[in-house]
Amino acid sequence: MLAVGLVVVGVAVATGLTLQAMKDSMMFFVSVTEVAEGKYPENRNFRVGGLVKDGTVQREEGSLEMTFTVTDLRCDLGVSYSGVLPDLFREGQGVVAHGRLNESGMFVADEILAKHDENYMAPEVADSLAEHVQDQTLGLQEGPAECPTSDS
Amino acid sequence: MWKFIHQLASPPHFYRIAPAFIRWLAVPGLLLIAYGTYAGLFVAPMDYQQGDAFRIIYIHVPSAYLSMMAYMIMAVSAGIGLIWRIKLSHAVAAAAAPLGAWFTFLALATGSIWGKPMWGTWWEWGDPRLTSELIMLFLYFGYMALRGAIDDTAKADKASAVLALVGAVNVPIIHFSVEWWSSLHQGPTIIKEGGPAMDAAMLYPLLAMILGFTLVFGALLLRRVRAEVLYRERRTRWVKEMILAGGN
Repeated sequence: MLAVGLVVVGVAVATGLTLQAMKDSMMFFVSVTEVAEGKYPENRNFRVGGLVKDGTVQREEGSLEMTFTVTDLRCDLGVSYSGVLPDLFREGQGVVAHGRLNESGMFVADEILAKHDENYMAPEVADSLAEHVQDQTLGLQEGPAECPTSDS
Repeated sequence: MWKFIHQLASPPHFYRIAPAFIRWLAVPGLLLIAYGTYAGLFVAPMDYQQGDAFRIIYIHVPSAYLSMMAYMIMAVSAGIGLIWRIKLSHAVAAAAAPLGAWFTFLALATGSIWGKPMWGTWWEWGDPRLTSELIMLFLYFGYMALRGAIDDTAKADKASAVLALVGAVNVPIIHFSVEWWSSLHQGPTIIKEGGPAMDAAMLYPLLAMILGFTLVFGALLLRRVRAEVLYRERRTRWVKEMILAGGN
């Protein structure tokens, strides 16, 4: 019984330490604020997650080229993409973009994934909610208004 | 109380009383699944974002929940068997593994089918929720392979029990993966602060499905344990007597 207990405790501690060490690399995507702070892998592709800012989606006539702004309500990041979008892609919804930053600070994505939240409701309910609640932030808290700069 | 548990742990007694429990689990379980399927497909409104496609939740969530539940049952039974040397307990662990593997497969498959239209991808390597659930499928496979590789039942019980216990650390990782790390998968809907984030008309069929799946899982597990007990006790007198008496 003691041996079993020791094995279980030992494995749990080892796993905890491993997870702690891998905390950052286990992240599926980084936030827009982290990109602004310069906390992203350089010289290789990475994923950035946030909300598609309302009114920023611009499509080029007759092609799949498009640009939009992704935000975490603190920082904004311009994204350009050319390709097919998932069903759930829309303004105000969560997205995860895969790609890298170009010289001008634009995120050039080669893949866009949509992320939905944990809320499920009927369309009528959503409509009446939207009337009463102006800004649906989808779980994101309104942070300090200033976006940090990366010159640190 | 102790007498009841002690009796239950005796293989012949368990073998005799299990069918009654199986019936009482399977019948309400199947009724709940029938209600949940009907209400989930026809009564629940469609989702404001995902339309009718969200209805796969009625298979996906119960499967994912049971994949973890089955692992916990397997690990706890294996641990009890290891510590107190209860043979029936090892039989429960051995019987739970294939069921858990199937529910894990169902959760992964339905999640993948759901992910393609909504997220835009069948599978994303590196996503913590997806990857940890896949690791659990491999843990089930490893457990079953290890059992199959050792002929001596007592040795197989012990070795596989250690594997089951070590692998149990993956269960909380799956559960909290969406909170500890950023993930494509959304956070919990039902068990969260401020109550379930779901319309009641969508939630009740889902709860019925979860409970129904659990009861049917219980019935299937008991059936499998019964078969496992019969195989393990195949050389004992009570099995011989039962067969000679024409019982089942």
